[in-house]
Amino acid sequence: MTSTPIRPSPPGDDAVTLHHFLKKMVEGWGGGLDRRATFWILYLPPLLWLGAFFLIPLLLMFAYSFRPDMRGDFFQLWQPSLNQYIKLASTGSYWRLLWTSTQMAFFISVSAILLSYPISYFLAFHAGQRVGFYLVLLLVPFWTSYLLRVMAWKLMLGTEGVINSFLIYMGLIQEPLTALLYNRNAVVLTLIYVWIPFAALPILAALQRIDRSLFEAAADLGARPIHQFLRITLPLSLPGVLAAFFMVFIPTVGEYVTPLLVGGSRGSMYGNIIQDFFTKAANWPFGSAMSMVMLTGTLILVAIATRLINLKDLLE
Amino acid sequence: MTPFRNSLPLKSYYFGLIALLYLPIVVLFLFSINANTFLSFPLQGLTLEWYQKLLASEALVRSARASVIVALGSSLAATVLGTMVALLMIRYRFRSKGLLVALATLPLIVPYIVLAVALFLLFSVLNIDRSLWTVGVAHTIVALPYVLLIVGSRLAGFDASLEEAAMDLGANYPTTLRRIVIPMIAPAMVSAWLTAFTVSFDEFALALFLAGTQPTFPVYLYGQLRFANRLPIMIALAVLLMIGTLTLVLIAERVRRAE
Repeated sequence: MTSTPIRPSPPGDDAVTLHHFLKKMVEGWGGGLDRRATFWILYLPPLLWLGAFFLIPLLLMFAYSFRPDMRGDFFQLWQPSLNQYIKLASTGSYWRLLWTSTQMAFFISVSAILLSYPISYFLAFHAGQRVGFYLVLLLVPFWTSYLLRVMAWKLMLGTEGVINSFLIYMGLIQEPLTALLYNRNAVVLTLIYVWIPFAALPILAALQRIDRSLFEAAADLGARPIHQFLRITLPLSLPGVLAAFFMVFIPTVGEYVTPLLVGGSRGSMYGNIIQDFFTKAANWPFGSAMSMVMLTGTLILVAIATRLINLKDLLE
Repeated sequence: MTPFRNSLPLKSYYFGLIALLYLPIVVLFLFSINANTFLSFPLQGLTLEWYQKLLASEALVRSARASVIVALGSSLAATVLGTMVALLMIRYRFRSKGLLVALATLPLIVPYIVLAVALFLLFSVLNIDRSLWTVGVAHTIVALPYVLLIVGSRLAGFDASLEEAAMDLGANYPTTLRRIVIPMIAPAMVSAWLTAFTVSFDEFALALFLAGTQPTFPVYLYGQLRFANRLPIMIALAVLLMIGTLTLVLIAERVRRAE
């Protein structure tokens, strides 16, 4: 990797291949460039791309949330107004939905962590040589298409779905249970399922960083296993647990696909209402204001998370 | 030495949960070879009919092809742009570095619904028709942070002295990049590219907002969910694609870990 073998060109072969030609061109083009000039070549494309398709759209959405209504061209002069935010602030149902979504996300994150902690513990301390294989086995479901896994739950929970037909076949119920699909519980169940492997990763990283000699020292001093766990393992794994919490909580608050598929109208989350204002209801300024509230909330959460967690520790 | 020497309960728990995690995937697979159009127990019979009918469904194949095109284009663009940011992040010092890196990682955090809405507004205000192009553009944005993380961590693991040596020996910086740096980070770039490909290929939340008349596969699948009799064919293709993307991810992991 450090040295490129120098291949002598076959004698008498002066034909310019395309590869050669391109190489010469690139060399000629790069010939006059120093590190500073290269900087601009590396700097401008990503900056312009992210500016045009990430930053400007978000700023545009910010501007749009101050439009009084949908009438007229965006580029013509219009009077900014706080109407959308006033309407949003004074309508209790939106805040209640945001609060419900937050509660759901909290419950989902905590459940996913509780369910995945023993898995991480097993992988960190008991999997031995096979830890790589066990880890891949855990991650394969996470790597398969998100939409498909959510859809699989729809097939399982539906009135003609797997669970109902199985229960009927077993003779446990006569009529299919309709309460399984199209409500908040279905959304919560599906999302916990989706996040379990993901939540296990940061916890595993934290557990693997624990110095094993601490356990020997504790055992030498007479600490029983349960005390070793409570006094060493658990406290030292908390950064991983916290990271897992935020890694699950933040995307879950903004979720709209899972409620769309398994939640139905009773299982809607805040994100679904934003979607409605851009599709069915066609009130973009109000949808933008709702979206701004969600973006601001997310950024505040991220700010809190980065204060609490040293991300570099976990990535190493 | 670790507390709790008996590993059997933990091991059983691990395999129990693994079984639960695979259950929906198994259900999907069973559904694709089930003779009936809805899945109920006991199974009525097995068939490969749905897989045979697959290719005859023109709209379905077209949507799958659309997804491949979008994923190819966006993953290549994301790999190039993300590698550029990674090089700047690890090998350069400049005042706006924090800003650029923040801008490149934030798409990982901003909820997809917010980004979808924002891009939807951008394209509407500029009178750009929504199409596979607009979906592809959105996917480069969300795939870029993955590339930055994968390539950046690889780059950080290499000593800059190799590059300095090359430059001391008279190579200019672009040559050093091409001959020393790029070959060094090539495995990470391949891994990042495959990751970006699968990110785009499975993506639904943005595509639903930004796809025009030509849907990508996830969007098409979503639109067809209402028609129960079409479902087994959709699932059959979904299973095939799932195997495809999973293979890519496993290759990406292999490449990344082989270093």
